[in-house]
Amino acid sequence: MKEMTYRDALRLGLQESMQSDPTIVILGEEVGRYGGAYGVTKGLLHEFGEDWVRDTPISEEILVGAAVGAAMTGLRPVAELMYVDFITLAMDQLVNQAAKIRYMFGGQISVPMMLRSQGGTGRSAAAQHSQSLEAWVMHTPGLHLAMPADATDAYVLIKHALTLADPVIFLEHKGLYAQSFPFNPESAPPWGRAKISRSGNDCSIICYSRMVQRSLEAAAQLAELGVRVEVVDLRTLHPLDMETVTKSVRKTGRVLVVTEDCLTAGVSAELSARITEENFEYLEEPVLRMAGEDIPIPVAPALEAASVPTNESIKQSILKLMRKK
Amino acid sequence: MGTDTFFSTSSASAHMISENSRLLYLQLLRIRTFEDRVGELFLQGGSAGTMLHLSIGEEAPAVGVAEAMEPKDSFTTHHRGHGIFLARGADPKRMLAEIAGKEAGYCRGKGGSMHIADRKLGHLGANAIVGGGIPHVVGAGLSYQLLKVPAVSVAFFGDGAMQQGNLYESMNLAALWKLPVLFVCINNQYGMGTRLDQASASLEFVKRAESFGLVGKEVSGLDVEEVKKEAMEILALAREGKPAFMKIDCYRFHGHARKDKSPYRDQNEEEEGRKKDPLKYQADRLLEQGVSVSEMDSWHKKVADEMDEALNFALETQEPVLNSMFEDVYAPNLTHPESVGSRIDRALYSDILLGDSR
Ligand SMILES: Cc1ncc(C[n+]2csc(CCOP(=O)(O)OP(=O)(O)O)c2C)c(N)n1
Ligand SMILES: [Mg+2]
Repeated sequence: MKEMTYRDALRLGLQESMQSDPTIVILGEEVGRYGGAYGVTKGLLHEFGEDWVRDTPISEEILVGAAVGAAMTGLRPVAELMYVDFITLAMDQLVNQAAKIRYMFGGQISVPMMLRSQGGTGRSAAAQHSQSLEAWVMHTPGLHLAMPADATDAYVLIKHALTLADPVIFLEHKGLYAQSFPFNPESAPPWGRAKISRSGNDCSIICYSRMVQRSLEAAAQLAELGVRVEVVDLRTLHPLDMETVTKSVRKTGRVLVVTEDCLTAGVSAELSARITEENFEYLEEPVLRMAGEDIPIPVAPALEAASVPTNESIKQSILKLMRKK
Repeated sequence: MGTDTFFSTSSASAHMISENSRLLYLQLLRIRTFEDRVGELFLQGGSAGTMLHLSIGEEAPAVGVAEAMEPKDSFTTHHRGHGIFLARGADPKRMLAEIAGKEAGYCRGKGGSMHIADRKLGHLGANAIVGGGIPHVVGAGLSYQLLKVPAVSVAFFGDGAMQQGNLYESMNLAALWKLPVLFVCINNQYGMGTRLDQASASLEFVKRAESFGLVGKEVSGLDVEEVKKEAMEILALAREGKPAFMKIDCYRFHGHARKDKSPYRDQNEEEEGRKKDPLKYQADRLLEQGVSVSEMDSWHKKVADEMDEALNFALETQEPVLNSMFEDVYAPNLTHPESVGSRIDRALYSDILLGDSR
């Protein structure tokens, strides 16, 4: 099967979308001449020109705010925030403006924009360049939220997101860009549906973004020990496909939610609550959560690595969950 | 908008009186009367909440700039934007209905006074975040530039937003990209209870704008004709890709919002401030041009009737149905958010999700 890196898949998705939709304009710091801090937009300036691939000053609020205004008036902007940590500087435009404009104005005005960014640990980039802030986005009605775990989803999700009439927050993982994955867009489920990345009957791991890869690796090791783990990749956090999650949970009765964002009031809390509410009588054990520790991300590689779920820690948690059987 | 019909029967003195002067006066008067009815709506218990920011005393900045704009131009406003929207052609009935939180309002009763908008009239939204709507005109300007639409986008905001960072990010980008954008600061001297000089060490706002590479202008907001003339010149520049800034000075006649009695302001200052009345100024001009008092009275009556009708409409038209609260969060073809109650029922009583029976 064809292979592709996560980064190239994103670029291909952007490029094909721009070829078919002449209203797409890319805005962001270093997206043009530099080619994107992580190289996703490399070459697009050459193909589409300076009007459509625009380097902006280091002004996150206007970068997102201009995307909102452009989206209201006929363009489909793709604003790139170099690190999701910088979302704090654009929070008003995202939360009070982009997310609420359709609603506040009674459905008259759409904001078909995308905010692309990347988060996560893995590069010793420390506390202001390594966070996973998806819970903030998920906590805001009016936004779509996609978090692809592999190249195929990076491609299909970005392409679909660029057809939606609402603002989409597209969060990539810095640890995935350089990795190669099997590339098979035809196999991907539709937008808004989760995917069973590995099936099994003993317990379910619910995850997304880079935690899918770690969960799959843990699951492969657990298989050798005779534990059959099902891995559910949510792909989008809004829409949230609870139907697929529920099917898996009811099959296995044991659940571990794995996220990289920190534990308290994080995405794992929401998932755990929903899984419990909707499947109380089917659960053999409490829904367990593995998530980032409730600390700022430290720079020391060993500390950083231990601050989020790893293959090994996921494996150990599953073993504990199964030992109680 | 009723301005055309108001003048359909021209009086004997019509040739002496500038059509422009009359039209501008009428718009000022409509705003003043409208704001009065907003107060009335509140007193009758019909307004949704008390966050009603009246633009009395600030009519000339609104009308002068709005009348200089072209039909295709778009705009955003601050929270004190009733007058601007009316001057851009809003239907006072639908405005008041929105302020009352009714389904027939511009935003189905979801936005209210501080979030009114109308796509067709180019109103990209009033904003209750001080400065929040300013970046949107930069984006709109980018749309016009890239899609080759001959339009300008205008941001209206108060003096309070002059101390907000996003204004300067916006000015820089508009100038850098040569966007068809106009920034209009309606300087009513106060941000709530804080006088401008208590909020900003430098009051040289035009210089600030010029230092970003914008064209800048400072105008008195007393004379609507002067505002319009200056706005036309500066809009012509903005239309050619020379983004611009206008500071228009006026005085907030009343409190910040409905319930504020401005105890922090000096009585004499208020009296002096209210003497700078753009409505009276334009009325005097018309009287000088030869409009009779009785003719003017007849305009007042017509405007009063128009706004009374709007008030009655707002009071009588129906409330939104409860379920409409889940609409318009996402695009209409997508599923609406599930209610909290429905989730509880699903957790306790049924198994709707997979349809199996327990
Ligand atoms: C970001 C933000 N900060 C504070 C407020 C509270 N607030 C509402 S209006 C206002 C004063 C604004 O003054 P100005 O911009 O001069 O407008 P004016 O009310 O005078 O028309 C303040 C502080 C707000 N709505 N938004
Ligand atoms: Mg003010």
